[in-house]
Amino acid sequence: MKHSLREEGGAVVASLSGDVDLESSPRARELLLALVRDGRKVLVDLSGVGYIDSSGVASLIEAFQLARRAGTGFALVAPTPSALRVLELARLDRVFTIHATLADAL
Amino acid sequence: MSDPGAPRSDAPLLHRRFAARASELREVREAVRREALAQGCAPECAGDIVIAVDEACQNIIRHAYAGRSDGEIVLEIARSGEEILVTLRDFAPPVDPSRVRPRDLDDLRPGGLGTHLIRELTDGCGFAPAPPGGGNLFRMRKRIRKHEEPA
Repeated sequence: MKHSLREEGGAVVASLSGDVDLESSPRARELLLALVRDGRKVLVDLSGVGYIDSSGVASLIEAFQLARRAGTGFALVAPTPSALRVLELARLDRVFTIHATLADAL
Repeated sequence: MSDPGAPRSDAPLLHRRFAARASELREVREAVRREALAQGCAPECAGDIVIAVDEACQNIIRHAYAGRSDGEIVLEIARSGEEILVTLRDFAPPVDPSRVRPRDLDDLRPGGLGTHLIRELTDGCGFAPAPPGGGNLFRMRKRIRKHEEPA
């Protein structure tokens, strides 16, 4: 898994790419939790994620919950079909705010 | 060259023994995907098998071996008619199957999703009686869904 960060419209956009799996999800978790703690709106761009497993999804859930408690924004952007499939199977497509494009999210 | 009917295969199509570590799973996923596609699974079907195998391996790594780093997993993939059969063997202390349950999805906790995904993605799964020599045997089967026919 690789990631990049940029600011856009007052939000921080964290773009994840590659495989978010048991090996890499601890890094995703630390990254997203740190961004949420900074207090800004966090948009997680999943358009480059070829594979995400339950541990990766768990990292998203943790960050989402922290943001909800803090009252800051947190949304997923442009999940690939394979990422969306896992989110749907976990019935999390209704829990997370998911935007089709970054423009929609801003 | 295409469908040879319902091939019999007593011998596994894929046999792989690997360390029960997160760093091994990427290569395992690639091998499983290759074999599923070779058996005629559509990409989505192959993807489902990959997730199920990956999540089952994670359960072994995280729960059966519970942090031990010297454990091993044996993966076998076979075919019976139009089904892919997956067997995962480990050498950890016996797992109590009643403790391996999908979580309540309304309970929004991180973790515990893997078993739910396995059940959703396969056409059957469960623990088989412990093999001689101990450890656990987990089996999954998935009907082969082939490429969509053009309308």
